Amino acid sequence: MSAIATDQSAIHPGNRIYRSRKNVNFLLLAVSSVALLFGLFWLVWILGTLLYEGGTALARTALYYQMTPPPGADGGLANAIAGSLVMVTAGTLIGTPVGILAGTYLAEYGHRGWLAGATRFLNDVLLSAPSIVMGLFVYSVYVAKVGHFSGWAGSIALALLVIPVVVRTTDDMLKLVPNTLREATVALGCPAWKMVVSVTYRAARTGILTGILLAIARISGETAPLLFTALNNQFWSTNMNAPMANLPVVIFQFAMSPYEDWHRLAWGGAALITLTVLVLNILARALFRKSD
Amino acid sequence: MEAASTAATARPAIHTTMRESRVKETSALSDLKAKLRINKLNFYYGGFHALKNVTMDIPERKVTAFIGPSGCGKSTLLRTFNRMYSLYPDQRAEGEILMDGENLITTKQDVSLIRAKIGMVFQKPTPFPMSIYDNIAFGVRLFEDLSKREMDERVEWALSRAAIWGEVKDKLSQSGQSLSGGQQQRLCIARGIAIKPEVLLLDEPCSALDPISTAKVEELIHELKTDYTVVIVTHNMQQAARVSDYTAYMYLGELIEYDVTDTIFIKPKKAATEDYITGRFG
Repeated sequence: MSAIATDQSAIHPGNRIYRSRKNVNFLLLAVSSVALLFGLFWLVWILGTLLYEGGTALARTALYYQMTPPPGADGGLANAIAGSLVMVTAGTLIGTPVGILAGTYLAEYGHRGWLAGATRFLNDVLLSAPSIVMGLFVYSVYVAKVGHFSGWAGSIALALLVIPVVVRTTDDMLKLVPNTLREATVALGCPAWKMVVSVTYRAARTGILTGILLAIARISGETAPLLFTALNNQFWSTNMNAPMANLPVVIFQFAMSPYEDWHRLAWGGAALITLTVLVLNILARALFRKSD
Repeated sequence: MEAASTAATARPAIHTTMRESRVKETSALSDLKAKLRINKLNFYYGGFHALKNVTMDIPERKVTAFIGPSGCGKSTLLRTFNRMYSLYPDQRAEGEILMDGENLITTKQDVSLIRAKIGMVFQKPTPFPMSIYDNIAFGVRLFEDLSKREMDERVEWALSRAAIWGEVKDKLSQSGQSLSGGQQQRLCIARGIAIKPEVLLLDEPCSALDPISTAKVEELIHELKTDYTVVIVTHNMQQAARVSDYTAYMYLGELIEYDVTDTIFIKPKKAATEDYITGRFG
């Protein structure tokens, strides 16, 4: 009477549903492997070219202490490296606190009302906005008003790129902290601000720091926002109110030029940025692994 | 064969020692001093009416257990006592929860002060992402400015009360999250008692623990009632019978029966309670 008892069991290797599932599995595995290899192929090619072309420039110590040269002369990227360091640092220092505080508002205090939802939406728009928009914005509200390009203008443009990245990661990472941990903290009679500072930040610190690093990596190579704000400077300058040299704009300028020695320096600068970001990421990972 | 018989003889021995150390409370509820007086308490999750006109007295320095099927409102009731619901904008309570004559629901008193007086331990262990020592010291520092030595003493006292001092005394600087589940839960209990609250709320504190850890926690609950008013929510009826002096049976947001634990478990007055206790429920 019972079909299950009389019929042959459906569980055997020749089963049609089982076989087709195995085939789909094989197909998907093959497709994703090919996609992985495709992506890796370009990545390795880019890194390889960069190191091959920039390697010799990186090995020359003059790169790190001589100024950007006029065509045909010997020189380095010292002023551009210093300018980039200063502006990336300033941009990060301005953007990170704002981003973390805004992200904290969204995740910890934004349950009531419409403000958090609207902010989150606008932040996502900013996150995907082309960086040249930030450059033009700072140009029109700051550079055009004061009448000259400057290191501060560059830093502000970079900070505007940092903020949405940090807001988004802080918001996401704080939301990953289980609510039970928040309840346990306030259950001790802890005020909300102290709960955020002492417990939820700690629980989410790895993710928040990763967000900051992502932001630094992103702004380290940005050319468009600096082109309209910091511009460039052939000479050594630490004056934040004057145009400031920086690696991305120098690379852009030198790479577009017809001069062979400028091309070498541009390759060197590009390799330098890439390696710095790489080292920064590796350091951060090693640091987090130890602390967790 | 040998091992099996030893285990079989060892187990009842533990049970008898646990039983002997426990003097069951038999005084009627009306004869006791109430620590918390709940009067016509209603609770809402948005539009859902989760607690309906609950009225009961929680006796001081006794263990009171809330039992009932999932979703009956026992955890909800527990969470109203320390105003945990005020974290969530769509949850609200109406009625009275009186502690020392003050209505906790409408009081102007800072909710942090209420929560410091009414500690809570949750179903899942919730160690903070900091060292074992700081897990305990964190709550104490919120209200007390102790010297290093006094703090050391307090931490040791709390960890000892929670029966975990021996296991962690050599690794106080390690992360609280590195402990096993049972140890984490006892750490959380230690954290709760370290700030010396007057009431301790336990929300299914043993549901994630193995039998040995459960036995330790139950032993601890029994000791705690000399100083604290303990309220425990549990799914485990044997546990309620073992640890509590008074038991409340709840169903669909209503308090069905509330009496001396032995009365509830041996001769409950209502058929609904008896059906639940004996497993004929549903």
